[in-house]
Parts: sequence; C-alpha cells; structure tokens
Amino acid sequence: MIALSSSPAAAPRRQIFVGTAIACAAAASLFGGMLALFLRMRDAGIKANGLWVPKGVVVPMVPVNIMLLSLIPTGVFAQWAVYSAKRDDKQHTGVALALVGMMGLLFINAQAYIYSQMKLPANGGTYNSMFYTLTGVLVAAAIAGVVFSAVTAFRYLGGRTTDREVVSAHALYWYVLSAAYVLLWFVVYVTK
Amino acid sequence: MSTIDSHASSAPASSGAGFACIADWVGTTDHKRLGRLYLGASAVLFVTSAVAAILLGVERISPTKEWLDVGSLTQLFAFERFGFTYLVLLPLLVGAAIAVVPLQVGARALALPRLAAAGFWLWLIGAGLAVFALINNGGPNGGNPRFVDLFILSAVLVLVGLLASAGSVATTILTTRAPGMNMRRVPYFTWSVLVASLCLVIALPVLTGDLLYLYAAHHYPSLGELAGNRALAQWAGFGFTQPTTLVLAIPALGLLADTAATASGERLRPRGPILLAIALGGVAVFGSVLQTSPGLDAGVFHIAVSDLIKQLIPFGIVQGLPVIGIFAVFAFSVQGLGRRPKVTAPLVFGLFSVLLLLEAATANLVAHIGDAQLAGTTFEEGAWLLVVLAGVVAAAGAVAYWGPKWWGRTLPDKPALGLALVLFGGAQLAALPLLIAGFADQIGGVFPAIEPGNAASAVNFSYSGPMELWNSLSAVGLGLTLVAVLAFLALAVRSFLTGAAAGDDPWNGQTLEWATTSPAPADNFAAVHIVKSAEPLLDLKPSTRSDA
Repeated sequence: MIALSSSPAAAPRRQIFVGTAIACAAAASLFGGMLALFLRMRDAGIKANGLWVPKGVVVPMVPVNIMLLSLIPTGVFAQWAVYSAKRDDKQHTGVALALVGMMGLLFINAQAYIYSQMKLPANGGTYNSMFYTLTGVLVAAAIAGVVFSAVTAFRYLGGRTTDREVVSAHALYWYVLSAAYVLLWFVVYVTK
Repeated sequence: MSTIDSHASSAPASSGAGFACIADWVGTTDHKRLGRLYLGASAVLFVTSAVAAILLGVERISPTKEWLDVGSLTQLFAFERFGFTYLVLLPLLVGAAIAVVPLQVGARALALPRLAAAGFWLWLIGAGLAVFALINNGGPNGGNPRFVDLFILSAVLVLVGLLASAGSVATTILTTRAPGMNMRRVPYFTWSVLVASLCLVIALPVLTGDLLYLYAAHHYPSLGELAGNRALAQWAGFGFTQPTTLVLAIPALGLLADTAATASGERLRPRGPILLAIALGGVAVFGSVLQTSPGLDAGVFHIAVSDLIKQLIPFGIVQGLPVIGIFAVFAFSVQGLGRRPKVTAPLVFGLFSVLLLLEAATANLVAHIGDAQLAGTTFEEGAWLLVVLAGVVAAAGAVAYWGPKWWGRTLPDKPALGLALVLFGGAQLAALPLLIAGFADQIGGVFPAIEPGNAASAVNFSYSGPMELWNSLSAVGLGLTLVAVLAFLALAVRSFLTGAAAGDDPWNGQTLEWATTSPAPADNFAAVHIVKSAEPLLDLKPSTRSDA
C-alpha cells in the first residue's frame, strides 16, 4: 500500500468541450483531405479533358449563397446561447438553441434543393461522384449538428443548467462546420 | 497524507453467470474491461491475419506452382494488409492505451466512456463485415462488386470506431489528470499515447474521406480515376503503408521508456528530450496528411543543389525525423538502465519492439531513396511487417507489465522472457528475408493487382536471388511468430486463472497505476492523489543507486 498526498475529487476539466474540439479537428482533417483530393482530381480532369464540371450542368447559385449567408446568423445564435447560458438565462438559451437548429434545417433543405435543381446523375463521372460525396458528408455533419442542437436544448431546458460547457461545445461545432462550408463554397461552387 | 484503502473487493460484483456476465461485458464502460475487449478481439484477429499471411508465404515459396486461384490470392494479400494494420496493430495499442492510461494519470474513469465503448463495437462490427467481404472476394482488386462496396463501408466503420476510442483516450489525458500532473509530468506511455492519438485524429479522417469517395465512385460505376476496384490500392494505399503505419506504433516508445525507468529503479533522464523524441515519431503523420510519401528521385544526387534541397526537406521531415526520434528513445532508455538493471519480460518486450520499429523506420527511409530502386518490391512489405510486429511485441509487453494490475495475478517472468525472444526472432525471420528479396527485385506492393487468369503475371514471386530461400524463411518466421503469440496468450490465460496473486506494486513502479490495488477496483483509486513529480511513487521510495 502506497501513501501519497490526496485531495478531494476534482471536477473533470471540460471533458465535453475538449472531446468536441478533438472531434472538430478530425472533421477539419476529413474536409481538408477531401477538398485536397477534389482539387487534385479537378486539375487532372481539366488537363485531360479541358473541363471538370460536365457540360450542361448548372449550379443554382442562389441557394448556394443562401446557405453561406445562413451560417452568419447560425454563428450569432450559437454564441447567443453561450452568452445566455453563462448568465443562467434559461429562456434565451432555449430560444437561441432552437434558432440554431432551425438554421441547420434551412441549410440541409437548401442543399436538398440544389441536388434537385442540378439533376446530376451520381454515376456520370468523377465530378459527379465527388460532388455528391463531398456535399453529402457536409449534409451529414449538418444533420449531426441539428441533433447536437436538440440534445443541448433538451439537456439545458431539462434542468441541467450547469452544463454550460455543452453549449460552448455546441457553438464550437457549428463554427467549424461553417468554416468547412466556406471552403467548400469557394472550391466547389465558386471556382468550380 | 492518506493511505489508499481501496481493494479489489471494493469493486462491484460484476461477474454473474451466463447471460448476466455477457451483458456486463457488452454494456461495460469500465476502461479496464474495454481495453481487454480490444486486446482479446485483436489477438483473435491476429491469429486469422497471421494464418492468411502464412498461406501467402507458402504460396510464394514456389513461383511456378500456384495452388491458390487468383481471387483467393488477391484477397489474401488484402486480408494480410488490412487485417494486420487496422484489425491488429492499431486496436492492440488502442486497447492497451484504454486499459492503462486512466490508471497512469490518476483518473477514476475514462473520459467519454460511452464514446470509447461505441468505438469498440463499431470497430468490431466493421472488422466482422470486412472479413466477410474479403472472404467473398470483395477487398481491394476484388471481383465481387457488391462485396467491394461492403468492404469499403466496413473499413470506414473500422476507422470511425478506432477514431472514437482514440478521441476518448486523448480527452482523458487532456482533462482528467491528477492534481499537479502537468504535461511534463505525465508518464512516458501516456505521453506516447497522446501523441499517437492526436496523430490518428489527423491521419485517419483523411483516409476515411478517400474511402468515402471511392465508395461513391465504385457504387455508382462510371469511368474515372476513382472508379474500379483497382482505385482502392491507388488512392487509399497510403493508409496501409509507411509512414502512416509508423504513427500507429508510437505507444511502443512509451512502453520502453516506462519499463526502462522501472527496471533501473531510477528516474529516466533527460525527460524533456525523451518526450520530444517520442513526439518526433509523430511527425510521420505528415505523410498521411499529404496522402503521399515524399522520397528522393533516382539520380537526385546529380541534380542542382536547390532542386536537391527541395526534395531533401520533405523527405527529411517525414521519413528522417521519425528515425531520429525512435533512435533517441531507444538510446536514452538503454542509457537510463544503468549498470545493473532488473531484466524483466516487459523491459525485454519494450526493447525488442522499439528495435523492430527502428529497423522499420530505417528501412522505410531507405525505401524512399530512388537510387536504391526498391519501389514496387517486397522491401516495402518487409518494412511494414516490422512495424506490425513491433506493435504486437509492444502489446505483449503491455500485457506482461500491466496484466497484474488488470487481473491481480502475476504473469510468470521467465516463460514470458523466453517468448519475447522467440517472438523477436520470428519477427526478424518474417521481415528481413522480404527486405533482402526486395533488393533482389521480387515484386510487391500495398495491394498488388493480379491479372485474371494469370496469377504469376503481376505478382511474380520469382526474383534474381536464391530461389525460394527468402520466401521460405519469411513463411517460417511468420509461423514462429504465430506460435509465440499463441503461447503467450496461453500463458496470459493461465496467469488469469491460476497465477500467483500479484502485489499492488509488483515491479517497484514509479507511476500512479502502482499506487492502487491489484486488480484495480472499478473506480481505480479510493482517493485522488496530488502529484509533485513525474515519478510520484519514486518520491516515496529509498533510492537504490548511489548517484541518485
């Protein structure tokens, strides 16, 4: 038996926030790697065929840009939730989290609209499969974000108001998702 | 000061009979159990992967007599590569990390334990599906498109599961350390696990992204570079070879440093450079991020200095720095052993695993020098096998070292020492002949493609060396390795069932895991310890060396 100095059990240091930060780093690596391969294939496609986006394919830029703009209020609402939670303002925290979830649904809906407008067959070539994979992964991440918003809201409104770090982790998640979309918007939709 | 008064008996009675016991294990979030689940499942998968490797080895002995059809041969190559890398090497070390790290940092539990448990089950389900797909000719270069799809998706599941577990371990290290344990005071093994985990967080998603692209291109068939069953080897191959695999084995460095410190009975110094050297091993992760492996072109020493430097810098960083890091850990550990170290099985396992890793990293360095003309030969396979077997030896060392803390009984040291020697000998015999055959131009590759109807056309097992010799030796080495692992497993099971009771601190250890009872209770520690140095237990023990 070894005798060491001991102390009362300390509270763990922001486990959920750190865990979310690590998950965000993984997500950044995932999107970074996928965008890098997209750019490489685009370069190879242009060198080989002179074009990358198949002829006749028109990207509807209005919903694309709405998705981008929707991320600004999403970030503001997420930070509003953090601000309110720090002040134990349950009502405002709940409203802010609900708004983030709604913006997430808007984001997913806009992407679905883009798919329906583009009418791009999934088996039409390298561009097609890469486009669906890249944007599909982002949609999956957005769905996870909406679930995260709902879980955070239920936890908080259910009385776990001391779980402020979950609200902070939730905000971090949406910031990283927004940054990933900004890159995707520029690479896939603007420079094509 | 308080005396730790937790005992094994204070752990909740968890082992019931029949289904209750199984339900306990299936639903467990206890890190010691999760770690052992990983280790046990990986050990079973090692046996199956090793059998596949031995079958391949036997096939390669005679270049003229093929007794496996093209499909089987292709899938055996895939089984060996995928199985050894992501069903054996990485989960073995993730399992050891899950079982040990919370104890080492003085935590009562793993951070985000349900995430780690979900990770294990995802990995296991993915592993089962991947093996099923491979059996049905569905791996890389496979001929059954539906099962190729299944293989890619199950590989994604495997990676996501391992990522979840690695993320949980990293969070544990960053958030649940005992009071006073800053990052310079974490045990070497914990530090190596942190480095490896963070590298995995960066490396595995890149591979996952490529697999998702490949799945879409394969599932919705069309022309293009990503389409077809060959694309898997071309675009995801970087995840199954060096330098990516070197990152997976980094915890071996921490095991050696910890066991060397324990064997010497002194503080292992210099601490800062050792921590830095372990971190240098992680630099190999840049190879994964780049999705390629920088090398030196053939004739590079005859080109302009500015062009040479352009190639030397990435080559030196990605391929060179890990060699320096691994060598430094080995050198510091051997130096720290002093004149009269206590030679124990865990120490010998640690030394052997790092030696194998050093060989692998050096071989990888040589393989990327264009003038050596080793690209596309079995040299790469030999280096990869060294990494895998380094991981296996390290995992065996972890079981020998921390087993008493997990199940409260000692593992007999002398038989374990003997098995360490056999395992090391088997690993050398399995890998070195492939390196030599590589110099003799025997064709190899990550997932070598085999032309339908002509097994010998793409994978030519003949080469300009002594025919059959090197391939025979390699097959014998793999067999020896398998026998040694099976014997070690039998030894561990015997220790678990009938071994002598282990004391709380059987190795005269220096780190916090030895401050609790053996076996460690469900919540690890009765009291939260305050740490005042990197070797908190050593502070309480009289020095055994005069220069202390």
